[in-house]
Amino acid sequence: MSSFLQFLFKGISVGSLYALIALGYTMVYGILQFINFAHSDVFMLGAFFSYRLAVKLDWLTPSPIQATALLLMAMAMCAITGFLIERLAYRPLRHAPRLNVLITAIGVSLFIENTGQLIFGKNVIGVRSLPQLPEHVFHIAGIPVRAVEVIAVVTAVALMIGLQALVFGTKIGRGMRAVAIDHNIAGLMGIPVDRIISFTFIIGSALAAAAGLLVALTYGQIKQPADASWVLYGLKAFVAAVIGGIGNLPGAMLGGLLLGLSEQFVAGYLSTTFRDAIAFGLLILILLVRPSGLLGKRVVEKV
Amino acid sequence: MAEKLSAETPPNAPAPRVFLRSIVPVAIVFAFAFAVQLAIPSGTYSEKILFDIGVNVILAVSLNIVNGLTGQFSIGHAGFMALGAYGSIVVTYYGGYALFGDVLRHDTVAGYSLYVASMIVGGLTACLAGYIVGLPSLRLRGDYLAIVTLGFGEIIRVLLQATPAVLYPSEMQEVPGISRIFHLGGALGFSHGQSYNSLGFTWGAVAITLLIAYRLRESTHGRAFLSVRENEIAAEAIGVNTTRYKVNAFVLAAFFAGVAGSLFAHQLGAGTASRPEEFNFMRSFEIVIMVVLGGMGSISGAALAATTLTLLTEVLREVQDYRLIAYSLLLIIMMIVRPKGMLGTREIWHLFRSRRSTVNNRRSTFTGEGA
Repeated sequence: MSSFLQFLFKGISVGSLYALIALGYTMVYGILQFINFAHSDVFMLGAFFSYRLAVKLDWLTPSPIQATALLLMAMAMCAITGFLIERLAYRPLRHAPRLNVLITAIGVSLFIENTGQLIFGKNVIGVRSLPQLPEHVFHIAGIPVRAVEVIAVVTAVALMIGLQALVFGTKIGRGMRAVAIDHNIAGLMGIPVDRIISFTFIIGSALAAAAGLLVALTYGQIKQPADASWVLYGLKAFVAAVIGGIGNLPGAMLGGLLLGLSEQFVAGYLSTTFRDAIAFGLLILILLVRPSGLLGKRVVEKV
Repeated sequence: MAEKLSAETPPNAPAPRVFLRSIVPVAIVFAFAFAVQLAIPSGTYSEKILFDIGVNVILAVSLNIVNGLTGQFSIGHAGFMALGAYGSIVVTYYGGYALFGDVLRHDTVAGYSLYVASMIVGGLTACLAGYIVGLPSLRLRGDYLAIVTLGFGEIIRVLLQATPAVLYPSEMQEVPGISRIFHLGGALGFSHGQSYNSLGFTWGAVAITLLIAYRLRESTHGRAFLSVRENEIAAEAIGVNTTRYKVNAFVLAAFFAGVAGSLFAHQLGAGTASRPEEFNFMRSFEIVIMVVLGGMGSISGAALAATTLTLLTEVLREVQDYRLIAYSLLLIIMMIVRPKGMLGTREIWHLFRSRRSTVNNRRSTFTGEGA
């Protein structure tokens, strides 16, 4: 029983990080209908930016306020990156075939990885040099839970609630929903489509940056920028978005949690070797049984 | 040229000509492979580069059948390559043990026949996987297919990493017959394979791949592929079974990727492993880049891009860190400035022909849009 609870808590904390990244994928997919492969690299940059900032400002043992400031600064820097990616690489292709955009996304992803490799170096940044959060251990139902994991879940949930409020409670959120339904009509209704799309990238990238910092803290290391694990993490988050129903915000959160939980339970009860295959197994299963995802609406292909 | 002939020859051409047309290319293929084998001494640097080029050309040209001719988007080609590599090395290693009683290389007719058989087994393994993956996922829209193929490649890699160590001949008795084939060496790779491969095999396979890809495109099936690419709904409306053709293209491409994997697995020989890591999604991306840069739908374009990029890799080995930056910038700029790739849907020889009046040029103006 205690190991069950342990996997459950771990699953929730990993799952909420997947959900945070998945939101970026799902928003971009909802609006532009393509997989933004570069999202996993923005997520990677989030980890590196916050690490470099912490070193620069000498905040390696940050107070809560400093930690929040660190998070916000990393989010802002990634938001700018996301904006630039959209502006320079994707906007010129707005009316190109979707395949071309997808290939460009792969190109952007490779570009960021390898440039990052030059800038940030090829070493794994270990736990000692990362910003240290208080190593407090909570006990929930008798199970020890690291403070980092609790902070990760709390931050993720707070950001998701904020996003939900933004999308459903503000004017710009209404614009986002309108553009997701139909670009052209939204444009005719006087919605600045390009600005809305830029804004979507900014929000998605900021969330990815937060996830990057939290993942780095949870795992206690930052791998080199071109390490395949970043892309793999991002792809799993995309799978989470598909499981929940792509283009659907609560779906992305649900998918992220489901994925995190199933990974932890499989790793815990069966074998850690198969953990990386779970996401894609789930993906194929969900596409066979319910291609529009758990919370997605059935889409009829139009002529 | 052959393609022009086939387009103009009346359907009731006399039998000898049909026979000649089908036998001559095959003869040329074998003569060519034989010549390459004799011309380049083994163990040299140029042999290594020519091998790399050959494998990449096979991969690019076969992926082009799915991505270029049929307009689907597969980015898991390395997964099929992995299956081919492991499928074939199982045949030469465990099959070789069953046949000869040892796991050494046999430079005999029997040994090389086993190798050829292993290539076919490798190809068919990949084919089967292609069918299993393709049948459900090809009903889906383009980018879902992309992510499924990518995921599939990763699943293959993870499963291969979980396999137990390769059996030494002394351990063979402990494991009964057929279940030996699951001992694939895990994350360390299948490290005891023999180097059956040589440039003759590599370039023979290249030539056959090019020939089949080319003949395929000019055939009824090829036209069906193109029609799926151009407009799936219209193709369906005129009676093309789009799902079937998509699966066909997928399975065929998987076969050649499997053959490329077989060549790869038998190139270096004992002590050097074909590790699951070799076949991760970065390799898949590299193949995609080749197809895209060459021009989606252009067979010679894919081959040309594969050759160029492989050579570039060698030339830029000194500035390794900048190579992928340059690649990725090239890819982005290419997509913005010249979205059809270097050659678009045309072939190299169309560039030297006058623009007007040929059937091919007219066709290439129609086949502009990729997705």
